[in-house]
Amino acid sequence: MIFENRLCKKIIKTNRPRRRLTFDVIDSNPHGRIFSMRPTHTGTMSKLKNKKRNLEENEDEQLPIFDKDGGKDGPHLDDGDEDQGDLSESEESVFSGLEESGSDSDDEEEEEEDEEDGSEEKSSDVEEDKTDRQLSAKEVIKPQTDGQNSKEKKKKKKAAGKEGGEESVASDRDSGLQISSQVDEYEHDTSDEEDIRNTVGNIPMEWYKDYPHIGYDLDGKKLFKPIRNKDELDEFLDKMENPDYWRTVQDKMTGADIRLSDEQVDLVHRLQQGKFGDVNFNEYEPAIDFFSNEVMIHPVTNRPQDKRSFIPSLIEKEKVGKLVHAIKMGWIKPRRPKETTPQYYDLWAKEDPNSILGRHKMHVPAPKMKLPGHEESYNPPPEYLMSEEERLAWEQQDPEDRKLSFLPQKFACLRAVPAYSRFIHERFERCLDLYLCPRQRKMRVNVNPEDLIPKLPKPKDLQPFPTTQSLVYRGHSSLVRSISVSPSGQWLVSGSDDCTVRFWEVSTARCLKTVEVGGAVKGVAWNPNPSICLVAVSYDDTVVLLNPGLGDRLVCTASDQLISSYEEPEEVKDQLVQWAVAEGEGHEQGHRLILKHPKAVRQVTWHGKGDYLACVMPDNGSSLQVVIHQVSKRRTQNPFRKNKGLVQCVSFHPIRPYFFVATQRYVRVYNLIKQELTKKLMANCKWISSMAIHPGGDNVICGSYDCRLAWFDLDLSTKPYKVLRHHKKALRSVAYHRHYPLFASGSDDGSVIVCHGMVYNDLLQNPLIVPVKVLKGHTITHDLGVLDVTFHPTQPWVFSSGSDGTVRLFT
Amino acid sequence: MGGLQKKKYESGSATNYISRNKARKKLSLSLADFRRLCILKGIYPHEPKHKKKVNKGSTAPRTFYLLKDIRFLLHEPIVGKFREYKIFVRKLRKAYGKAEWSGVQRMKENKPAYKLDHIIKERYPTFIDAVRDVDDALSMCFLFSTFARTGKCHVQTIQLCRRLGVEWMNYIITSRSLRKVFLSIKGIYYQAEVLGQTITWIIPYQFAHDHPTDVDYRVMATFTELYTTLLGFVNFRLYQTLNLVYPPKLDGQGEFSLKSECEEDYALESESYSEKLAALSASLARTVPSVEDEEAELDHFPAEGVKKKKKNLEQNKQKKLFEGLKFFLNREVPRESLAFVIRCFGGEVSWDKSLCIGSTYDETDETITHHIVDRPTIDKQYINRYYIQPQWVYDCVNGKILLPVEEYFLGVTLPPHLSPFVEESEGDYVPPEKLKLLALQKGEKPPEEDEEEEEEEEDDEDDEEEDDQSEDEDEAEDEASLAEMEEKRAQGKSLSVKVTPGKVKPENRMRTEQEEKAEEKRLAIMMMKKREKYLYDKIMFGKKRHVREANKLAAKRKAHDDANKPDKKKKKKKC
Repeated sequence: MIFENRLCKKIIKTNRPRRRLTFDVIDSNPHGRIFSMRPTHTGTMSKLKNKKRNLEENEDEQLPIFDKDGGKDGPHLDDGDEDQGDLSESEESVFSGLEESGSDSDDEEEEEEDEEDGSEEKSSDVEEDKTDRQLSAKEVIKPQTDGQNSKEKKKKKKAAGKEGGEESVASDRDSGLQISSQVDEYEHDTSDEEDIRNTVGNIPMEWYKDYPHIGYDLDGKKLFKPIRNKDELDEFLDKMENPDYWRTVQDKMTGADIRLSDEQVDLVHRLQQGKFGDVNFNEYEPAIDFFSNEVMIHPVTNRPQDKRSFIPSLIEKEKVGKLVHAIKMGWIKPRRPKETTPQYYDLWAKEDPNSILGRHKMHVPAPKMKLPGHEESYNPPPEYLMSEEERLAWEQQDPEDRKLSFLPQKFACLRAVPAYSRFIHERFERCLDLYLCPRQRKMRVNVNPEDLIPKLPKPKDLQPFPTTQSLVYRGHSSLVRSISVSPSGQWLVSGSDDCTVRFWEVSTARCLKTVEVGGAVKGVAWNPNPSICLVAVSYDDTVVLLNPGLGDRLVCTASDQLISSYEEPEEVKDQLVQWAVAEGEGHEQGHRLILKHPKAVRQVTWHGKGDYLACVMPDNGSSLQVVIHQVSKRRTQNPFRKNKGLVQCVSFHPIRPYFFVATQRYVRVYNLIKQELTKKLMANCKWISSMAIHPGGDNVICGSYDCRLAWFDLDLSTKPYKVLRHHKKALRSVAYHRHYPLFASGSDDGSVIVCHGMVYNDLLQNPLIVPVKVLKGHTITHDLGVLDVTFHPTQPWVFSSGSDGTVRLFT
Repeated sequence: MGGLQKKKYESGSATNYISRNKARKKLSLSLADFRRLCILKGIYPHEPKHKKKVNKGSTAPRTFYLLKDIRFLLHEPIVGKFREYKIFVRKLRKAYGKAEWSGVQRMKENKPAYKLDHIIKERYPTFIDAVRDVDDALSMCFLFSTFARTGKCHVQTIQLCRRLGVEWMNYIITSRSLRKVFLSIKGIYYQAEVLGQTITWIIPYQFAHDHPTDVDYRVMATFTELYTTLLGFVNFRLYQTLNLVYPPKLDGQGEFSLKSECEEDYALESESYSEKLAALSASLARTVPSVEDEEAELDHFPAEGVKKKKKNLEQNKQKKLFEGLKFFLNREVPRESLAFVIRCFGGEVSWDKSLCIGSTYDETDETITHHIVDRPTIDKQYINRYYIQPQWVYDCVNGKILLPVEEYFLGVTLPPHLSPFVEESEGDYVPPEKLKLLALQKGEKPPEEDEEEEEEEEDDEDDEEEDDQSEDEDEAEDEASLAEMEEKRAQGKSLSVKVTPGKVKPENRMRTEQEEKAEEKRLAIMMMKKREKYLYDKIMFGKKRHVREANKLAAKRKAHDDANKPDKKKKKKKC
């Protein structure tokens, strides 16, 4: 009990300043304080409980109990309304579960007095109980002795019957800020602090400024302001004369002047100084730790346990049931079993080298990181450091293109080496490589480059072929477009852009004769018939047949006679070409026949028998591109009604009556007798430049401007048997040797390449093509090198004419 | 001819491969999980031979996996664990949302975890496989162990990495299997030979990392997870092979000697112990008491020949390179690396007591033979020891001999540090320092400096000549033929004008023969098929480039030497 008392006291003390009761509360719960759980005489818990139960059950029974409390309470109980209020209040407090056991409404008021005195505070409850009566008596007297008028006024206003209660209330008010020793602190909370004499409530009082009254009392009657006849002067006089003026204050609610008592003044002073209102309150009392670690045998509070603490909770039961079920079903495992195996152990204790998964057959192990070279050293040899230009180049390169991912650096000592900033990057990239890079087995071509070179018969074994430059024929001042060798092999004719045709002796490189013509010579061709000595020269739109007068005089005169013996046919036809016999100076120079063509002639070529002469006049889309002249009959014919494409060059078949026409991309072979197209060869190149026919007649080579030489086997296919890309630049001319298995090609790169091209009689065996010699000698002028090549008719010699104005002989 | 028409892409390579997205859907995993799974299981994309066929006619860039690989992943128990973890995260988030703290606690206790043991076993069916693949694991672990203990990854991971790295180094020390060390600008490369496998790893220099932002640390962490597991098992097995206790324990004596000092600097007993292990200064405890010179003489088979024997002998000699030497490390040198290297070759090493735990003797010890310093001068020098720069140790290891110390004294310009990983084949550029080293290895005495220089120069010149020859072969041929022609032309000219008494031209038969051969070859090359020609050109281009690079290096070196020669001579004169 002692413990409990101390607690009570503490609570009292702390709550004391808040203790205020108003009538307002009393209106609703008129005697809220009257009923409480305070054990009165016996002061036992059991009784208290009884009381509670009784209260709820029966009102009537309550009354005697209250009677027991004291006769003083008698008048209260007469008031039925108040009882009702009591009940409701008590019920509330019971269920609020917060009320203190040691409270009593009756005693409360008395206790208030106690507080005033402050003397009995420390006494026990029992003592308080005992002194209750005496105190109540005192209390009645005390306010009166105070002699304060306010109380008197109030008394008048109040209903007369309720003296005791009223008095206590009044005293409460009088003491103003005084606080009761009420223990049941929560009761206080229910009441607002309001002046019960004036019912206007908590409003600004200046609203009543202009009225004679100041509010209304409980009965609804006007409360009139005290008559104020004091003016400023009176006020001043009062101030001067009245010794108590300084302690007189005006009550706003009633408008009355109140003279503060000594205690009240003291209280004001203390509050002004920031002290506690109660003189006796020791703010530095030693703190008592109720909830300490020491186990006490008594509960901290004496509050009975709730009913609910005795009734098993249904919700909890449900929850527990669920958990139990879940555990039973294995849905919940109380806790995970602890790992027993150590983190690391001998994983390969039972390794079976043969137990390799099938997957591992496809496994491509990741390649290891590249090992660093000298240049990565912190102190590399000086040659591995980058020079300034190299460094700049390195910096300008894309990071992906760099050969080294870092800049080689040199540090004087190990201490000076800094951290490598891209270390984490490099590791990360390695990680990415490991899991993101597609892997593929790649067979590394480990071929010896020598094995790639095809095995060809040695050029030595394929001799004879021209190997060295032996003669240079100088004399032309401009590029030599065309050359031709006489069928005997003794003379050479060359036509040049300087408008001359020169005749050379092959063996001495002497220029025997120079014939001037009226334009840049595009083509020359020696009549292949050894019994006729005629050379066809084409310039501009003219073809001239020359008799050089070289060699056997008999032959020369015979050919002259051949031309002069021509007899005009009876009926003259309209010819495409004007035939004219050269006379005078021209005849002196050797001009025999002059053929005027409608267009510029680019190429002339003889038939093998030497009677027919074909001329090419390239003109796209025209029907007149190729004409064939018959010299003996001075007749001209246009073999094609229509030409497809731009004709590049033409050629007669050496044996059979076939005629080859090369356009830009195709070579067409016509049968002259049947007058039909027999073959169309596809050259697989962009632009054919030249063409030569094997003396056997079954093979054709075509040179093209896109550096290719195509060998066609007419018996095999219309597509090239072999395409050779030996030259670096456009091919200008190709030629076959008449007897030896040789062919040559001249190109803009200034070289002549001689190849061995063996054609076998056996149809099953493909021709053998072996390059045997690269002949160089011509200098390149105006981006042109060799313009024409031709073989000596009997010897394995090759002539070439170039843009440097020379003709060269390779033997 | 009957039968159903064959449909496209229903057989052959189209069915053997599966694109990544399809694979992911098949496994019903998120991309992140799929990536993790691929990393852990070692699944990588394959490049199909005919991409278009596999891609069903489309040429869109896709990564393809082997369908077999993906099927194989389907049975992986760890996929289930991934899903469990996903669910766990979802539940946890929910619990957090509802503020059910007890629930959160409980869930965290029951967090699903997975083990990678079976994956390691499956990826490396035999122990040798695992050892072969330990390169990347080591590099990664050593990198992670240098990370700060904050931020980028879990502290436990870093600690584990550190522990495994130390275990590995201790093993290498005990087995004396280190072969090569290289100080690069990136870090220090080590190469060891473990069970016949060469293993190379790199350790960054000891600096704080500037963590890049464009690196996905999750990928790295996943790799590390795998690598730590692998390395742990490998370490365990390796320790077993040497009869060492795993986890490593210090030898009784070592423990005793280390116990007294610096104990109070560490809060935890375990911490100080791991630091002592990391100090690498004491030997490890064995399960079976070690027998000195336990290496039994290997049986020799005459068939193996002398070569192998010689090699073995050499290796044994290298293992005992620093035996009997006592090193002391000054505080500015990289302690761990040097201690590791020196101990690997039988040397004794110590350092200042305040530098690190585990020092065995003081600077004042009279028996110290080498004092490694990396500063220009040192105030107090003891007479009976060499003061050398740290590069000496590494160069000795790479050279397999104790190099003369004169070039490594304090304040001396160091000779270049060469990479031990470069093995020059014929035609490669060999730096003169390497030639010098080779000569030293053969036992030749280093000649006087002047001679040496001359020799070097000669070497250089020889090299260059050779290179030039090889490079200019073709050109020379061309030129020769041209010259020939010109000569001929000249002859022709002279013929046409006048006849001069001819000189007997000294005909070099060899040369003409060579030229003939070269021309023959050139003509044959002309006749090559297009495809072969392309290949041939490529090979030849590569060869020429190689030669060119070597020449460039040689030229650079020569220029450098020429530039420095006058300075040297001046110096000598002054001397």
